[in-house]
Order: sequence, then C-alpha cells, then structure tokens
Amino acid sequence: MSDATLSGSKTPTARSLVSALQLDTRLLGMIGAFIVLCIVFNVFTDGRFLTPRNIFNLTIQTVSVAIMATGMVFIIVTRHIDLSVGSLLATVAAVMAVVQTQVLPVTFGLGLGHPAIWIIALVVGLIVGAGIGAFQGWMVGYLGIPAFIVTLGGLLVWRNAAWFITNGQTIGPLDETFAIMGGAGGTMGETWSWVLGLVAVGVSIWLLLSARRRRAAHGFPVKPAWAEATMAVIISGAILGFVAVLNAAEIPAQRLQRIFAAQGQTMPEGLVMGYGIPISVLLLIVVAVAMTVIARRTRLGRYIFATGGNPDAAELSGINTRLLTVKVFALMGGLCALSAAVASARLGFSTNDIGTLDELRVIAAAVIGGTALSGGIGTIYGAILGALIMQSLQSGMAMVGVDAPLQAIVVGIVLVLAVLVDILYRKRTGD
Amino acid sequence: MATPLGGMPNQGATPLVEMKDICISFGGVHAVDHAYVDLYPGEVVGLLGHNGAGKSTLIKILSGAYRPDSGEIRIDGKPATINSPRDARSYNIETIYQTLALADNLDAASNLFLGRELVTPFGFVNDDQMEAETRKIMGKLNPNFKKFKVPVKALSGGQRQSVAIARAVYFNARILIMDEPTAALGVHETQMVGELIQELKRQGLGIFLISHDIEDVFELCDRLTVMKNGRVVGTARTQDVTKDEVLGMIILGKCPPGAKPGPGAMAEDLEAA
Repeated sequence: MSDATLSGSKTPTARSLVSALQLDTRLLGMIGAFIVLCIVFNVFTDGRFLTPRNIFNLTIQTVSVAIMATGMVFIIVTRHIDLSVGSLLATVAAVMAVVQTQVLPVTFGLGLGHPAIWIIALVVGLIVGAGIGAFQGWMVGYLGIPAFIVTLGGLLVWRNAAWFITNGQTIGPLDETFAIMGGAGGTMGETWSWVLGLVAVGVSIWLLLSARRRRAAHGFPVKPAWAEATMAVIISGAILGFVAVLNAAEIPAQRLQRIFAAQGQTMPEGLVMGYGIPISVLLLIVVAVAMTVIARRTRLGRYIFATGGNPDAAELSGINTRLLTVKVFALMGGLCALSAAVASARLGFSTNDIGTLDELRVIAAAVIGGTALSGGIGTIYGAILGALIMQSLQSGMAMVGVDAPLQAIVVGIVLVLAVLVDILYRKRTGD
Repeated sequence: MATPLGGMPNQGATPLVEMKDICISFGGVHAVDHAYVDLYPGEVVGLLGHNGAGKSTLIKILSGAYRPDSGEIRIDGKPATINSPRDARSYNIETIYQTLALADNLDAASNLFLGRELVTPFGFVNDDQMEAETRKIMGKLNPNFKKFKVPVKALSGGQRQSVAIARAVYFNARILIMDEPTAALGVHETQMVGELIQELKRQGLGIFLISHDIEDVFELCDRLTVMKNGRVVGTARTQDVTKDEVLGMIILGKCPPGAKPGPGAMAEDLEAA
C-alpha cells in the first residue's frame, strides 16, 4: 500500500452522512437488526410486543445476562472464555441468600428486615464472586491451564457447590430491601426517572462538547458542528425516549392499591402511575458506564485490548499479562455476583437452577454484540445490545406462541448467522 | 569517537553494553553458548548468522524477553540486572522486533505508548495528549504518516515499522536493538530505515542490528559479530573483512584473519590465532 492512497480524499458518497457523524456502522447494523426484529414481533403479536409494559419487562429480563456479558467482553477480548458464569451466579446467589436469611438475622442476631442486611449480603456476594473469579483467573494465568478447561470444571463445581450451600433447598423469601434490585418491585418512579434522564442528557452533551474542545485545543481535525449537533440530538432523543417508554409502563391498579394499603393510605380514585426506570436497569447502566470507562479510559482497559490484539507485544511492552488475566476473571466474578443479586432479587428466592445455561446466553450476547473470539475486538454497548436482542428473540417467540424447542433452535441459528454476518462485514471493511 | 578495534575492549571508552559469557538453553539445546558481544556509543554492531544461530535469542536476553542461565550484562561498565522488558526499558534499551511487536487492533498512539501511557491527573489514559505527541514525532520520522485514528493493522509494513521506531526514539533510547528491521519492507522503506539508523547513530545511540542481509550489514554497521549454533564465530570491524569472508563465517564458522575469533570458530582457526 502506498502512502498516496492514504490521503483519504473526502468525495461525497452515500456513506458521507454516516462518515461525517463518525458513527460505528456495525452498531448501526445491530440497531437496525434489532428494530426489524421488534417490528416483526410487533406485527405477529398484534401490537403487543412494542407496548411500554412489554418493553419494561424486556429491560428487566435482560439485566442479569447483560451485566455478565459486559464482563465476558473483557474475557473474550483477552482470548479466554468463561463457561462458569451461570454456575458461579448460582453459588453467589446461594451464599447471599443464606447470608441474608440465616447468617445475619439468626447467627449474628440482626433479626429479619434489618436495614444493613441487603448491603452486607451484597458485599459478601461481591467478595465471594470476585474471589472465585480471581482463583480461576490465577489457574489460567499462572498455572497455564486453558480457560476453557478451568471454567468447564468451574461450571460443574460451582453449580453443585451452590447445592451444598443450600442443601438443595430454595432459600427465601429474600430481604425486602435486597429484593428492590430485582426489577418490577423496585423502580424509580416517573419523577426521578425524568430527573435521571435529564442529567444523562446533560452529561452526554457535556462529554461531546469537552471532547470536541480538547481535540480542537490540540489542533486535531474535528467533526463539523452540524454533525456534532445531530449526534447530541440523537443521543438526547434516545435517552428521553427510553425514559418516556418506561414511565408509560403503568403499575397495575391492584398493585398500586397494595402499595398504598401498606402505607396505611387509600388510593385516590383513577390514579395512574408509571413504573419508571427499574433499579436493576439503573444498576446495568452504572455497570455499562463503568465498564466502558475501564475499556477506553484506563490502563487496565488498554492492556486488556493490547493483550487480546497481540499477547507477545503486550508482554514485550512490559505488561504483566498473567496478573491481567487474574484481574479480568476477578472482574467477571464480581459481575456474576451483581447478576446473582439481580436474578435472585427478581425471583425473591434463591433456587437451585438459577442461572442455568446463562453461560451460553452471556457468551452469545457478547458474540452477537460483535466481540471477536479471536480476541482484541469487542465493545460493552455491543454486548448489552446483544443481550437485548437475545432476550427479545426469546420473549417475542414466546409471545407469538412458538414452541419451546423451536425457540432454542432459532436462537442457535441466529447466533451462528450473526457471527457469519460479522465475519463477512469485517472482510469487506478490512478491520 | 574512535571506533574500537574488532571486539577488543577499548581502553579509552566504556562500552555502552557488554554481554559476557551468556548461556541459555531450551530443553537441553544450547541456544546461546558462552556468547560475548559489546557495543559502544554511536556505533552500529551487526549480529549475523543463520536462522537458529542464536542471535535473536542473545538479543532477547538484553531486551528482557528471556533470562540467561548464566553470564553477565554490563551497561556503562556497571553490572545490570535485566529480568523483564520493563527492566530493559529502565536502562533505556528499546527493541524493534522482527515480528513488529505491535497490537494490531490499537491505533498508532496506543501502540507507541503501550505500557507507558500518558495519564490525566485522575489516572485515566490521556488519548489526546498521546495522539498529539505521536503526531509530533511522526512528523519528524515519517511526514507522510496520516493514519492516526485507525488500528495499525490497516497500515503498510513501512508505516508499521515507523510506529515501532517512533516508540524507541520517543522514549530516548540509548541502546537500540533492531531485529531484522527491513525484512518486511520495500526498497524505498528500507532506505528510509537506513537513513534513520545513520541519524540515530549521529545522536550517539548504540545500535544492535540483527540481519540476514549482508548488504545491509556492510552498508550500516561499523562492526559485526557472527554466530553459529549458539556460539560466537568471531567479531570484526566491517572494513577489515570482505563479504565473502563474512559468508564463510556464517556458513562454515571459519574465522578470517581480519576478525577476532570466538569459541564458535572452526578449531584450526582457534589454533592459528
């Protein structure tokens, strides 16, 4: 390739809009596929799929897998795999359930419903999850056992360790405050959802502007002002639209009556209240932001991607790739603990089969989201979108009335096709 | 500075690098066997030999990629401990690898600063600052370089090589190791690298140049050391030997009169010396 071809003359083409906005065309493709999927299901369900209520449910159902998928991105980017996440989720859920229903209230005598129980249980869960993750990472990084084997072993071990912790029983009901992390039982309400939405819009615009200012200060080329403004409008619209939809999901009247009754009040006649953003979705948003910051703005993230792109180069650049492996698996374990909290809180119990087959959903979400198994490539937002697509597929087919075996077959085919499309896309664009 | 005589430690100057009696074996194979090389400031020393002669292994010991089983490394005359690439960097040793040790999925700036990122006061990587520095140094090394925002996978061999060289130059290397720097390059790009080596030499860097290409070596190097089967055949000033003699050293291990023989030289030459 000669340098002459690189000057990159900006001839106006059909793609000029996309290139001026510097949008990720792959992200656009995924969003496009998702929209088509939603519309198709909406048609086949006579408009029941794209109701605020169903979208609200979809977001809640996606959270647990999506949180783990963000961690799986780092695992796969560093050329590893983690098959143990579903089992690890079960073990951590069992530990947290036992801590909040037996250890703290009975052994430590805090009594049921003590306000500190939820946070202690969550912290214990995070420590156990990160600890187990770090241990598996140590076996991969320092002992040189392939991650596939370590976590395949982990899949068997942790699934059944959970069984021993609970003696095979379902543990519950969980602490009431803890259960708020589950979803429908814990939402922000309409007002606070709008506040959060507006804050998010403000922060996004500020980030866009400050990035632009920094680039201009260094004398780098910047996007045209109209492109930047268009981006700001699209982002603001997406955030506020999302809040509006979740606020439009109405709390059923009976449930509302119960809430008022619990506070010793009577419900005003004809009152309608929206759910707003579920706490679990808020948790996912926080995880997504944090993981994106790690990926893009920290040395840890830079080393994760460098190691995935060329492990030898990373090593020769003085990066401790073994310790990095431990960190990445520990992070994955911590995220499994968060997912365990969300999943068990959503059920209100910790069951034996919680998280069964989640490892496959999580890996599929990351891969559909554009994470390359060959390493070095992957995005956090892609994985979350992948999780959303997977969940939409399953919920949509269930609503249409597709038989369960056929659902699994379709999901399997979609997974393979998504990767094929990704490979073809990469070949064409050369990246 | 006077160029030191073939392999003889110069009394007047301290060598920048001395590697003495270096041994390393992998699974019973002596990859490097009691090897000796040295390097003075402002000097280019060529390391020659067949594939598997041990030249790359020897130099990887200096760059911290391998730990020697025995032997001594001296930097500026003082014993140095190099256990990792990080240690090597602390002695201002920079390496440009044959395989272009770049992370293909990252852009030029991320590669240039890999392992030594510039960070903001909050500890986040400062991509803008790194891009600005990269633009500055690339403007000097390779003014045609324009692709700052794409993964280095999308760059040509010469462009990738200039990223690798920029990395060494930016961090003020005093000792530069170039492992087949022109193997993947075209004629024009090879010439560019050659000019760069001359420039770095004028700035007083010491450069180890590992190469197969005997033409390159004669053009760029002040001295050369030939290895065969892990052992040093001999060391000579480039002007004291002919290309045919050097080929004889590489292929047969035959040390010519103009060179100082090492332990890898053919027996009769050792006796003759």
